[in-house]
Amino acid sequence: MTMTDTLVGFDDVLASYDPALGLEVHVELNTNTKMFCGCPAVFGGEPNTQVCPTCLGLPGAMPVVNAKAIESAIRIGLALNCEIAEWCRFARKNYFYPDMPKNFQTSQYDEPIAFEGYLDVDVDGEMFRVEIERAHMEEDTGKSLHVGGATGRIHGADHSLVDYNRAGIPLIEIVTKPIQGAGEKAPAVARAYVSQLRDLILALGVSEARMDQGNLRADVNLSLAPKGSGVLGTRTETKNVNSFRSVERAVRYEMQRHAGILDAGGSILQETRHWHEDTGITTSGREKSDAEDYRYFPEPDLVPVAPSRESVEELRGTLPENPLLKRARLQGDWGYTDLEMRDVIAAGVVGLIEETVAAGASPQAARKWWLSELGRRANDAGLDITDLDVTPAQVAAVQALVDSGSLNDKLARQVFDGLLAGEGTPEEIVAARGLAIVSDEGALSAAVDAAIAANPDVADKIRDGKVAAAGALIGAVMKEMRGQADAGRVRELVLEKLS
Amino acid sequence: MPEITRDEVAHLANLARIDLSDAELDHLAPQLSVILESVASISGVAGDDIPPTSHALPLTNVFREDVVTPSLTPEQALSGAPAVDEQRFSVPRILGEEA
Repeated sequence: MTMTDTLVGFDDVLASYDPALGLEVHVELNTNTKMFCGCPAVFGGEPNTQVCPTCLGLPGAMPVVNAKAIESAIRIGLALNCEIAEWCRFARKNYFYPDMPKNFQTSQYDEPIAFEGYLDVDVDGEMFRVEIERAHMEEDTGKSLHVGGATGRIHGADHSLVDYNRAGIPLIEIVTKPIQGAGEKAPAVARAYVSQLRDLILALGVSEARMDQGNLRADVNLSLAPKGSGVLGTRTETKNVNSFRSVERAVRYEMQRHAGILDAGGSILQETRHWHEDTGITTSGREKSDAEDYRYFPEPDLVPVAPSRESVEELRGTLPENPLLKRARLQGDWGYTDLEMRDVIAAGVVGLIEETVAAGASPQAARKWWLSELGRRANDAGLDITDLDVTPAQVAAVQALVDSGSLNDKLARQVFDGLLAGEGTPEEIVAARGLAIVSDEGALSAAVDAAIAANPDVADKIRDGKVAAAGALIGAVMKEMRGQADAGRVRELVLEKLS
Repeated sequence: MPEITRDEVAHLANLARIDLSDAELDHLAPQLSVILESVASISGVAGDDIPPTSHALPLTNVFREDVVTPSLTPEQALSGAPAVDEQRFSVPRILGEEA
């Protein structure tokens, strides 16, 4: 059923066509309960343990809207510079697919809670405004296991097993207007938009927003039009692209694939495409034409939502600082270069550094520990750096010991070993492991004398003015002191004794 | 006057997964037209000053607090299911042969 797509080189695509993007991002809210019932909205429970008559769509069950979900939806809308509806309703989206036991999904149709906004995104240092069409409320679907086919795919399966724990968890779907004019930057704009939208959602605290766990899912619409024509071509919608990098790759791939079809005189079929992470390609999903007819109608079991202007203004007062402006402010406060800032953003440690600095460490020290030392350890352990068992306060405490001369960087690394092994506070680990720097001048002096005696030729070179040779003696002393000496002081002693 | 064509009825039946024969379509399409006409007479009663509504009660903002209430047990939840496997609802093949 699969056939190989003809791809046109990326530069050749741009020579003949203008790409237009459209992004639909689903955000799963972190409310305690589902959108329309009191079942827990937590991730990972045993199958069908978080279900009730309402989210199973049993006869007579009545949905009631979660107040917290409305609040989160309005805050997302405001953060995206949207208008907030004075009056809006839910609607039934009717379809036959067993991921919703009701045979419809409760969603919003022509009356979204938020509309007409924008998000300014930073694309490699250049600002690009992405216009938001709407942000509407809906509910998540159940999870299906497909049995009998190859590798759990729906194609070829002979039946499916459904768990409805996720059915009814509040979702906000954020839809952009067609994004035109991005040209060669289209893949980067798509990535930057999803990534910076995620930052905003995290700053709002309304979702865990983990793409790998499906809290944040992106559908990528793409079309090509003849260069300079200004029209919109036929689009395809690539579903559930689950990392920033994949968003970028999927846009690029679809641009190249569309151009291959159009160059050959073909036309694009408006359809859903599936993204394959492993091979980096898309394949055809179900055709949209018939499925588009969802026979939406207003949900008769729910009354309209009409947020008062006072409540909206109150929520506006709870908005966090815009992440993009905040970054610029932090970079200024911290004195980082553009490159340093880009590295800490890419590593996802801005928040950790912020907390470490707040706990008393210098911005450069905080950057050094999180970016290199702890970043490497998280990587080795296959963990997200925020899941590492070291807190910003502990990092600041370790750095304070370095600043006071009790530790050097090498010993500090051993303190991090201890922290990760759960051996207590930095001070306790220093004491238990005997890591403190030896500041006993007598012991240091004796170690320097011993090193000089053991390396007479090196000592002679230094006496002759070859100060660079001091490194060998300092190394010998540090080794003797098991690293627990202040190398600067050792150097001073060596040079004093050999001057 | 609203009128619903035979083709529209066939399309709706298809969307609703109701298998109608030609004879049934011939029979039902005119009936649905009559029903639609009857319902449309409501528009004649409502003046311009009456906004359309989708709910019988003149209420807005009926919310509940975000507080967990007990769910069903999996046994209760699955008790009405025709087929169950691995504590999940077992459903027939989703995609037909053509997919």
